[in-house]
Amino acid sequence: MLKFTEDHEWVRVEGDIATVGITEHATVQLGDLVFVELPEVGATFDKGGDAATVESVKAASDVYAPLAGAITEVNQAIVDEPAKVNQDPAGEGWLFKMKLDNTADADSLLDEAAYKALIGA
Amino acid sequence: MNETALRQTPLHSLHARLGARFTPFAGYEMPAQFKDGVLKEHLHTRDAAGLFDISHMGALKVVAKNGDMKDAALALEQVAPVDVVNLKAGRQRYAVLTNDAGGVLDDLMIANLGDCFVLVVNAATKEADLAHLQDEIGEDCAIQPMDRLALIALQGPRAEEALSPLAPDIQQMRFMDVRMMEIDGVAMMASRSGYTGEDGFEIAAPIEKVEALCEKLLAQDAVAPIGLGARDSLRLEAGLCLYGADLDTNTTPIEAALEWSIQKARRRGGAREGGFPGDDVILAQLENGAARRRVGLKAEGRAPVRAGAQLYADENGSTPIGVVTSGGFGPTLAAPVAMGYVPAQHATADARLFAEVRGKRLPMIVAATPFAPHRYKRN
Repeated sequence: MLKFTEDHEWVRVEGDIATVGITEHATVQLGDLVFVELPEVGATFDKGGDAATVESVKAASDVYAPLAGAITEVNQAIVDEPAKVNQDPAGEGWLFKMKLDNTADADSLLDEAAYKALIGA
Repeated sequence: MNETALRQTPLHSLHARLGARFTPFAGYEMPAQFKDGVLKEHLHTRDAAGLFDISHMGALKVVAKNGDMKDAALALEQVAPVDVVNLKAGRQRYAVLTNDAGGVLDDLMIANLGDCFVLVVNAATKEADLAHLQDEIGEDCAIQPMDRLALIALQGPRAEEALSPLAPDIQQMRFMDVRMMEIDGVAMMASRSGYTGEDGFEIAAPIEKVEALCEKLLAQDAVAPIGLGARDSLRLEAGLCLYGADLDTNTTPIEAALEWSIQKARRRGGAREGGFPGDDVILAQLENGAARRRVGLKAEGRAPVRAGAQLYADENGSTPIGVVTSGGFGPTLAAPVAMGYVPAQHATADARLFAEVRGKRLPMIVAATPFAPHRYKRN
């Protein structure tokens, strides 16, 4: 199940694990990323908590936890090479995975059509 | 200021056609970036040539009412700690306007064009500068905003190559030369200077001619349009101050490490010692040092440290000792770079400080600027 947030994140839910990244629209708006800071594995977040930071030359942007849960895995490859997020935001540029406190919460996120409408695509 | 009140430069429609993403800056709607984005625009300027619209900045023509250039020079020396008397025709130099406390009202270029001086000042301060100059030297000098001119900069190692076909004379110019010349058959003012640390030119062109000039420059492979985002990262790597961030009315030129801009003639024992606002403070600091200094800062880690970050002497210190005034990622260095103010005892190369970023204390090292070597054509 692929979902989106109004903060331009994508969320792929498989069982009770959600993989989170930022959308291509977000990467275009942010520009080339030069630094990514990811949460510690095991860290827990409420929905909307500051989970990660992505930075371009000009600015730092927070990435929020799309749902409540605990971090199970982070993508070290994008820490080593932030440009991967720009190159493949929906694939190799994923940010982190989290175990959801409540899988059903994902239903509250935007579906692809709603997200496309949000960004005027 | 609401968005409808934003002013546009004469190049606004060209920017829009080139795919600019606009941002409000000093009351103008300016291109933050073009299609390539800040990172690639920055690197392109270092590798080839970048074209910048700087028409938001102000140009002021200053002449003595009696027509004597020396009197105009002496008048300008009353408002800035700089030697204007010995600034030869065809040359320009950097200066600051000071207030009575020695604080910086603006930083600017003063160009001697032989029959007048031209001051190029910051966008956000240009109205205040004009009023200040009218108050201080308006009795003896006529000060005229050059409103019919658009300002552009062409910067980078291929700037000379790109501009030469339109103005072969520029090949004879060296860093900080300035002159009136024909560029593509139109009379313009050109200087070999800029705000990137690279070789390059700044051009004041008639408003109705500037778009055609830009299109001819952009038609060349070496030249790409560059927005304010890369302008900021380029000047940061070059260790150049941004007024309003690294300089303000609470900062003296000595605190800002700009003492190189105050020539011997204006210092203690000089031919025209003092005689500018705040001279008591500034001359004393020149001799005894300032309590705090602007320094370059390199991060040990990879996280950019940006303006506003507090600086600490210790990883666990509770009281900040200083603050970052400009900072970000330097694309040429592929590393974070910053500038900030710290107490003099910490303003020594290799001093280790800590910047607070998102609740963490990140180690930073005081480092010489420029971070990216200047590549001016000095000879």
